[in-house]
Amino acid sequence: MSATGIGAAVRRKEDQRFITGKGHYTDDVSRPGQTFAYFVRSPHAHAKLHSIDVKAAAAMPGILAVLTGQDLAGDKIGNLICGWMIHSKDGSPMKMAPHPALAATKVCYVGDPVAVVIAETLAQAKDAAEKIAVDYEVLSAVTDPAKAKSAAQIHDVAPKNTIYEWHLGDSKATDAALAAAKHITRIDLTNNRLVPNAMEPRAALAEYDSGTDSLTLWNTSQNPHVARLVISAFVGMAPEHKLRVIAPDVGGGFGSKIFIYPEEVVCLWAARRVGRPVKWTSDRSEAFLADAHGRDHVTHAEMAFDGDGKITALKVKTIANLGGYMSTFSSSVPTYLYATLLSGQYAIPNIYCEVDAVYTNTVPVDAYRGAGRPEATFVVERLVEVGARELGLDPAELRKRNFIKSFPHQTPVIMAYDAGDYLASLKKAMELADVKGFGRRKRDAARHGKLRGLGYSTYIEACGIAPSQAVGSLGAGVGLWESAEVRVNPTGSVEVLTGCHQHGQGHETTFAQLVSERLGISIDQVSIVHGDTDKVQFGMGTYGSRSGAVGMSAIVKALDKVEAKAKKIAAHVMEAAEGDIEFRDGKFTVAGTDKSMAFGEVALAAYVGHKFPTQEIEPGLKEGAFYDPTNFTFPAGCHICEIEIDQETGETEVVSWTAVDDFGTLINPMIVEGQVHGGIAQGVGQAMIEQTVYDKDGQLLSGSYMDYAMPRAHNFPAFKVDTTETKCPSNPLGIKGCGEAGAIAAPAAVMNAITDALGTEKIEMPATSMAVWRALQTMNRNQVAAE
Amino acid sequence: MYAFKFERPTTVRQAVNLLAKNEEGKLLAGGHSLIPVMKLRLASPSVLIDLSKVEGLSGVEVTPRSVVIGAMTKHKDVANSKELQAVMPGLAAVPGSIGDPHVRQVGTIGGSLANNDPNADYPAATLGLGATIITSKRKIPADAYFKGMFETALEPDEIITKVSFPIAKKAAYQKFKHPASGFALVGVFVSKRGSEIRVAVTGAGANGVFRVPSFEEALKKRFSPKSLEGLTHTAAGLNSDIHASAEYRAHLIGVMARRAVAAANEKGGAED
Ligand SMILES: Cc1cc2nc3c(=O)[nH]c(=O)nc-3n(C[C@H](O)[C@H](O)[C@H](O)COP(=O)(O)OP(=O)(O)OC[C@H]3O[C@@H](n4cnc5c(N)ncnc54)[C@H](O)[C@@H]3O)c2cc1C
Repeated sequence: MSATGIGAAVRRKEDQRFITGKGHYTDDVSRPGQTFAYFVRSPHAHAKLHSIDVKAAAAMPGILAVLTGQDLAGDKIGNLICGWMIHSKDGSPMKMAPHPALAATKVCYVGDPVAVVIAETLAQAKDAAEKIAVDYEVLSAVTDPAKAKSAAQIHDVAPKNTIYEWHLGDSKATDAALAAAKHITRIDLTNNRLVPNAMEPRAALAEYDSGTDSLTLWNTSQNPHVARLVISAFVGMAPEHKLRVIAPDVGGGFGSKIFIYPEEVVCLWAARRVGRPVKWTSDRSEAFLADAHGRDHVTHAEMAFDGDGKITALKVKTIANLGGYMSTFSSSVPTYLYATLLSGQYAIPNIYCEVDAVYTNTVPVDAYRGAGRPEATFVVERLVEVGARELGLDPAELRKRNFIKSFPHQTPVIMAYDAGDYLASLKKAMELADVKGFGRRKRDAARHGKLRGLGYSTYIEACGIAPSQAVGSLGAGVGLWESAEVRVNPTGSVEVLTGCHQHGQGHETTFAQLVSERLGISIDQVSIVHGDTDKVQFGMGTYGSRSGAVGMSAIVKALDKVEAKAKKIAAHVMEAAEGDIEFRDGKFTVAGTDKSMAFGEVALAAYVGHKFPTQEIEPGLKEGAFYDPTNFTFPAGCHICEIEIDQETGETEVVSWTAVDDFGTLINPMIVEGQVHGGIAQGVGQAMIEQTVYDKDGQLLSGSYMDYAMPRAHNFPAFKVDTTETKCPSNPLGIKGCGEAGAIAAPAAVMNAITDALGTEKIEMPATSMAVWRALQTMNRNQVAAE
Repeated sequence: MYAFKFERPTTVRQAVNLLAKNEEGKLLAGGHSLIPVMKLRLASPSVLIDLSKVEGLSGVEVTPRSVVIGAMTKHKDVANSKELQAVMPGLAAVPGSIGDPHVRQVGTIGGSLANNDPNADYPAATLGLGATIITSKRKIPADAYFKGMFETALEPDEIITKVSFPIAKKAAYQKFKHPASGFALVGVFVSKRGSEIRVAVTGAGANGVFRVPSFEEALKKRFSPKSLEGLTHTAAGLNSDIHASAEYRAHLIGVMARRAVAAANEKGGAED
């Protein structure tokens, strides 16, 4: 292993610039003659838009344009789209309603943009915006997904506000297994809506070059090529080769920056109309209303057991809230990213899942860290825990009885798990967490008036998104391969161009570690280029923990080609047969001799072209590759959480956290640990404090940090993080992916611990202090009543 | 933010004159309450009168019977004052519980009391100790100062210069933090100075900070958490929102009061 190669816990190269304020984010980019955009947003959740009077605003100082949805339609700018087709049970296609970048005839959620002001300064834009008069006819609104079907219809195309009624699995076999069950565990769950809150708010800067009739967009995107494709092919803004998208440093995404949003479309359009660059930077309050939210499921689920505590069937019915419009990948999240994971780590012979997706008058909902898989894990892991309690079995024992033990394993819900050792991660986690000592800790806690509980979550996820044919057959509008180009410079330093995009993951370090390992050069000799459609060949971006498994596999393929070519050149230079050249630790050696060349020497030879026949071997050393995975990857593991409840106040503290994950090969264990920490924090945030609350009129009550609680350091103990390893057989590095695991595992672990401590299952996420206190009150009342 | 003028007086008199001259003017202390609302365009003062260069408004002075804190004294300087910690650690703990280090580095006691946020911490200590607010015009006893949510007895051209806290042998603050904002969801300050007992509650009341006479009476018999057992505060008139219902706040008032009394006894020595 090279000192900075695979497996080395080297410090992140990019952190120097991030923590010294030298990062370069979209809002840091300024163009000559730049103007500012300010969006006027609907204050109503559901209303007809009769007219917008912009006259007074347009006459204000510094105003270049005030544009509305009518102007947008007039310029034939197309609608935003959802790029994953889902069909209902009856075969009908999903009901995708028109989603104009500026609403023209009606508004569907508080925050729906209706107009934009372009001005010399942001303050002037805001001043003018206050003068815009919008004539709304307010309609009744619905925010609760469970009530959507009986509420006022939001879109003409979607009767009963229903987008699709989808299903997966064998309904008859599942019902039969339920009918024959020894025991059935039933549960009703809410998977609470989350506001993503990346540290850097979204931003867009658009510039039009009339000389070349082309547009450039700087934006906070997790996938700039996909943004360019959608904005060009569907929105029709400009042909692909006339649109450049640059996503420079991006401060966190968690999914919310995958999507193509109204604001970037409007900035491009406005930049061309006013002939000046147009910049928009979301402020935090705006982000609450404008960034796609996550989760928001209501679920009823039933799990059947036989007399030996073996799971015989799982039946799930979920209503998924997709908000006011269908965001870019929203349709796939509660379907193929959700129901396909309902087998968990267990051999479940029969699974049937129905999902109804509905429109409501809320911010659109789309992928958020984990995307569908946290929701699936929550259903399965809560059911297993409750099942164990009802059957009087130890929850670890029930899990062990049902674990999948041989691989490959075909589940009844599409996925074919390739490798794993679920018992190993459970055992290791139980040791690390000292589960044996829990009884003593619980008694100690009781002496201090505290209730202590322990909860497991043995989760699985599907990452490495995704084999193109497979997702194509399931409705995806794109292939999900990844690309790489490895450019060796004459002096032997290396640039890797990747279609992945980093926004917190540390690719500049981990991708360089792969090159370091393969070419025997230090990571300081390697730079990673990403996020610019003019520099990088096409790529699909970063989400779904795909960059390691898919993106790095593409780099491996390109490196293979570089090595093969370099060997040929080395053979000529050293006058040996190609078959005799060995490459190890950065050195090309003629086998059995002391003749050798360093990697850098071969690179130089490749570029000067003096010593090999350039008719046979092209000069230069630069290779590209596209890699399409053959399967998803299946990271899995066991998280164990212990909590203590202050009985007087309901205040609940996470007092211990153990995570043992199987991510396959670890490129950089320190970065992996960081990803796990962040994921747990988000999962605990969801389970305990993050509550997105709409009132009955569709106003977002938790619309700022004064009301939306984000997890902070004081919410956590020091995490015990460890790993087990089974290699992923489907990619060359054996990588599975680690970016979402914590967020997927954590909510179930927390809720299993809280319900263990309370002795009741009747509490929903987020289990705030008040919710826990109320649960305690109810139990006390019931106890008194019983006595 | 809307445009505004900026003034930087160097004496209290100059500041008062500027305030009197500019009806739409506002004093600027740490700016940690005022600037956020200006950024949201919810406040639009015509002039900001910055107090940072006015002499003599900062500092913690401990005398045998009282602690006098200058209006512009920052939260962290009160929290870290060794002299204050020695005579009344229960008061020093109050600014120590405010916000985060950034907020404590700039926020001031004068700003907090002038703002009178219904969830702020200083109002509980001020009422809970029966402090005196000293202004450019007069001395206002705490009991007459707090007039409701964001409302005080201050006149438009009046500036807080100091706050004088009597030293209580027993004093403590217990704060149940709001999960999102970190302000007080419910905060209770209790003090015992000779026979005077005060219990002041912040975060819970629809009209801001208030005293709890029934708790004070009970504690007069014996200053012990036990005296409060079985006593409940009514939920009527308390705030109810997505974080805490009025019932939950009422319940927390009881719990925090008992804990504050226990802490005061711990800090102030055995029961007397
Ligand atoms: C992130 C965050 C977290 C916070 N958390 C808490 C918390 O947990 N608990 C808590 O109590 N507070 C909290 N605060 C508020 C903080 O304590 C403020 O600093 C304080 O409320 C106001 O003080 P200031 O010096 O910043 O006043 P400013 O914002 O400058 O002024 C506030 C108001 O008081 C007026 N004013 C200022 N000085 C005087 C004076 N001497 N005489 C008369 N009027 C004056 C101003 O004109 C203005 O109307 C928080 C604030 C932030 C931003």
